[in-house]
Amino acid sequence: MRMGMRARFVIGFLLATGCSSDPDPCEGIVGACIGLTSGASTTEVQTALIEIEPGGTIAFGKGTFEMTGELSLDVAGVTLVGEGMDATILSYKNQTNGAQGILVTADNFTAKDFAIEDTKGDALKILGTTGVTIQRVRVEWTGGPKETNGAYGLYPVQCKKVLIEDSVAKAASDAGVYVGQSDQIIVRRNRAELNVAGIEIENSTNADVYENTATTNTGGILVFNLPGLDVANGARTRVHDNEVFDNNTENFAPAGNIVGKVPMGSGVVILAAHEVEIFKNTIKDHKAFNVGMVSYVPVGTVNDPEYDQYPTAIHIHDNTMTGVSDMPTGELGALLITAIGELYPNGPFITPDIAWDGVVDPARTPGNPAEKICIHDNGDANFINLAWPLSEGTLPSESLAPHACTLPPVPAVTL
Amino acid sequence: MRHTLLLILLAACGDGGTEPCDPLGPMCKQLASYPLGDAVPYALSTPLFSDYTVKDRSIILPAGESLAWRDRDSFVAPVGTIVVKTFSYLADRRDPAGARRTLETRLLIKQDAGWTGASYVYPEASNDPADAELAIAGAQLTTSWTHADGSAKTNDYVVPNKNQCKECHAEHDEVIDLLGPKARHLNTGDQLAELVDAGVVTGAPPRAQWPAGFAAYDPASGTVEQRARAWLDINCSFCHNERGVARTSGLYLTAENTDPLTLGICKPPVAAGRGSGGRLYGIVPGQPEASIMTFRIESTEPDIRMPELGRNLVDAEGAALVRAWIGQLPGSCP
Repeated sequence: MRMGMRARFVIGFLLATGCSSDPDPCEGIVGACIGLTSGASTTEVQTALIEIEPGGTIAFGKGTFEMTGELSLDVAGVTLVGEGMDATILSYKNQTNGAQGILVTADNFTAKDFAIEDTKGDALKILGTTGVTIQRVRVEWTGGPKETNGAYGLYPVQCKKVLIEDSVAKAASDAGVYVGQSDQIIVRRNRAELNVAGIEIENSTNADVYENTATTNTGGILVFNLPGLDVANGARTRVHDNEVFDNNTENFAPAGNIVGKVPMGSGVVILAAHEVEIFKNTIKDHKAFNVGMVSYVPVGTVNDPEYDQYPTAIHIHDNTMTGVSDMPTGELGALLITAIGELYPNGPFITPDIAWDGVVDPARTPGNPAEKICIHDNGDANFINLAWPLSEGTLPSESLAPHACTLPPVPAVTL
Repeated sequence: MRHTLLLILLAACGDGGTEPCDPLGPMCKQLASYPLGDAVPYALSTPLFSDYTVKDRSIILPAGESLAWRDRDSFVAPVGTIVVKTFSYLADRRDPAGARRTLETRLLIKQDAGWTGASYVYPEASNDPADAELAIAGAQLTTSWTHADGSAKTNDYVVPNKNQCKECHAEHDEVIDLLGPKARHLNTGDQLAELVDAGVVTGAPPRAQWPAGFAAYDPASGTVEQRARAWLDINCSFCHNERGVARTSGLYLTAENTDPLTLGICKPPVAAGRGSGGRLYGIVPGQPEASIMTFRIESTEPDIRMPELGRNLVDAEGAALVRAWIGQLPGSCP
């Protein structure tokens, strides 16, 4: 009986779309498919997302789909496909309900070849699933960087086996590509522009971030561990072969958000992360630093006994870093300026390629290889240990000698 | 009598009794129009705020079956149970017995595989369940009424889609469950005692051990703290618990949580985006106007307001209660 209902529904749908002169978006798609053309209402699209059979495809035709509310998908194995990230657009300019653009809570989800624009909140959120594939999807707030833009663009959280590739994220007020509290992650060949954070890996394990371009964000690529979360202490992130340059957009995150503390002009930022290998990237033209490492100590008070607030086992090697200059901004920027002033009271205040807050867990044994920060073979990239909080008896240092070490490679991720 | 009728409906579904009805099929519509007086009606000590609608709730249990008591979580319902909730606007909130417009009837149906939800929407001109239509993709209804203060109110009332049942009702581990029928929510007046006496609820401990229910909007019901926590419990904790949809936030607003940090006290936001409102912590003791919690429960913006679903309007009375509670909390944040 239920199957009968479904069959009638699909036929009805084909009849309805058959009246249009547009080609059937399902043409050439194998298996169950519901085709939608650009006049489809939010209700029609949502109906398709409910009625689609497990493993089926929802095909969006060319054109702009005006969505007035959040869409949600809870059927496993479904693919959402359009006809290209510039040809098929789900526009939420007139969104009046729901916080997300699309919320997915089903396993083995695929999105490809369409765009999501101007959602009130997050554009594409995937919560607590296994198997996420995002290919050639564009998420964008078309008015450019604004505090009122949604927080996250592509946003899998508490997921396993996540692939995000060849996609574009623009003008998110937090992170364009954000993978949080997840495991087994590949983020590659994406372009992140004009976001506060271009690409952010947060409280996640086994992430591989490569061949991306992150430019004109406030910070290019972030690897963060935050306290107070369900999944604490992420580890094992590779950041390699990325182009990270000119991330000098003023921070436009709404106040109160942790990302609001990222200084304008940050290339790659590590916050209390563990086992991070940063190699073979080109990181250049940043007003604060090319690579920054910070513990949670200068950021805030931690009230989470599970949380390790110090970055450990960080390995930065074989990167090309150039073109750092100018004055850093924000709280961390002020710290940089103070530290440089300690070393060069009369200037010049040339900002460093690699900066570290210098905060070490007092309970740790110095020299423990599992906790080292190793930096080598980055051309003539310079370095500063900021010796936070710069109290009596501590001085910043530019010496790389304490960091002349190596660490075992972080394994590549295969899905 | 009601069991006989139910059996007829079950037989009509042709699934041997364990599948009471296909929510996409026509039989559930008949269930939605089932006379509520023949089912077991119930009320909650504090209801979830739903844009000032009034809600009529009832439960239909299979013959000879009952709800099994649990101290904290919802009572366990047997397969075949149907829970019915009808949402209406009073034409004038000052006249509860007066005219009303019925908006939708929601069903939760317990099948072998678990709970399934469905909503039936009434046309504007009719309160007759026979005219209600299944709306799996939800609906938006233009409504108006006279408010308690005599002012004219309007609302584009949103009927949730079928997936959105889960966004609230998947209280734990992404499994849909009942939210209202819990000991503390049913413990209002003598209602729970009557349900136990009638055998609708079985396995209850002695009455002295029942968790208290507090009526958030009735100052005689408890202290400001008890009532504010009851309000947060029913309005927030179905997502904001350690196994709920909002677990990624680290904010847990369940009735039993006593940990200040996960209650939001001096807790920085995680992924709030614009929802932080420029405020630094979930709750700043003594300073409701500096707390993210009040910013979000007093907002009507889709990406800021909490809860995310099921409300367009601000629960002014509930928000005032939460403000009062935060205002009397001692201490300060760094």
